[in-house]
Amino acid sequence: MEDKKNGMSDEKIDQIIGNLLRIAVILSAVFVITGAVIYLMRHGAEMPDYGVFAGVPKNLRGLREIIEAAWQIRSVGIIQLGLLLLIATPVARVLFSVFAFLIERDYMYVVFTLIVLSVLLLSITGVII
Amino acid sequence: MDILEFSSLVFLGSLFAGFLGAATGLGGGVVIVPLLALGFGVDIRYAMGASLVSVIATSSAAASAYVKEGFSNLRVGMFLEIATTTGAVAGAAVATSISPSAIAIVFGLVLVYSSYQSGFSRHKDAAPGKPDKLATRLRMNSEYPTPEGTVKYYVRAVPGGFGVMFIAGALSGLLGIGSGALKVIAMDQVMRLPFKVSTTTSNFMIGVTAAASAGVFLNRGYIDPGLSMPVMLGVLFGSLLGTHFLLNVSTRILRIVFAVVIFALAVEMLYKGLTGGF
Repeated sequence: MEDKKNGMSDEKIDQIIGNLLRIAVILSAVFVITGAVIYLMRHGAEMPDYGVFAGVPKNLRGLREIIEAAWQIRSVGIIQLGLLLLIATPVARVLFSVFAFLIERDYMYVVFTLIVLSVLLLSITGVII
Repeated sequence: MDILEFSSLVFLGSLFAGFLGAATGLGGGVVIVPLLALGFGVDIRYAMGASLVSVIATSSAAASAYVKEGFSNLRVGMFLEIATTTGAVAGAAVATSISPSAIAIVFGLVLVYSSYQSGFSRHKDAAPGKPDKLATRLRMNSEYPTPEGTVKYYVRAVPGGFGVMFIAGALSGLLGIGSGALKVIAMDQVMRLPFKVSTTTSNFMIGVTAAASAGVFLNRGYIDPGLSMPVMLGVLFGSLLGTHFLLNVSTRILRIVFAVVIFALAVEMLYKGLTGGF
């Protein structure tokens, strides 16, 4: 009943969010597949080396560096951009929830959702740890 | 084995894991790390990074299917996310400072438990009960559709559920898994949400929790594109297949198969962890 007067029901919002998530996952998979094809063509005959941990090169860890690598049609950059997009989908979902709670004027949950959003953003931008 | 063969085999293994995970409703993330670390000799930290990415893929892909049914409880999910995301960041921080063998031992113990849960899990159905003070103040009580019409339910034991969720988040960050099983326990058995509500809300939370750990993993160089690529694609397609399979076939046998597989992985993980094989 509460939902009706706001013109947009929880279900409607959920459906929009669900569809956006699906599009984001498909887009991310397209990036990963494109990068994979180039990667396997260029490096397919090399030997994999994951036995000893050295950490991924610094230029594949931050947003700006990853975009730069993808722009230069470096296969690993394109894959990493797809993965970054994927990691961003739950963040987008939380962001939409902020607006959903704002529309419902549920300010207590606006605050809760903002707390979750800030933990996510701090983690992804590398500010904490 | 060159990269082409390696990627193909990892893809097939991940496809199988994603399929079993979705068909049994237990999630495939928990078998990806042992598969890569034990089967392919991948360092456990790279394995955790790839696994975490695949966990996000399945959670976000399944979301659009779940939300239509109207089961998930966004308020409960969001409130508990405060616990799981902070737990995840704490767990990921611990993961970057302890030895891979220690991670393997914790992983082995979690696998033993998951195996038990896969084979024997029972769930208590929510008793309608009386409204709980705190849950009511947090506006968590809700309703969900059943064949007999809409049923109202009350949430209880919020602090207990919050505590279990912090542990679930910490394990997710420490091991690179979704911790779906533990999340369902917190909501189903501690907070007494209806089972369907617990599982769908858990799916929503898994992606958000994993994203919190993924940030730390990305900055620490755990997420390798060459390795994550076949894992993410394999798990994603496998779980899409598994979701359809779920509708057609009884899952009892699958769950037992899964339990045996997980138990075998647990034993090997513990053995290698204790003998310092990582």
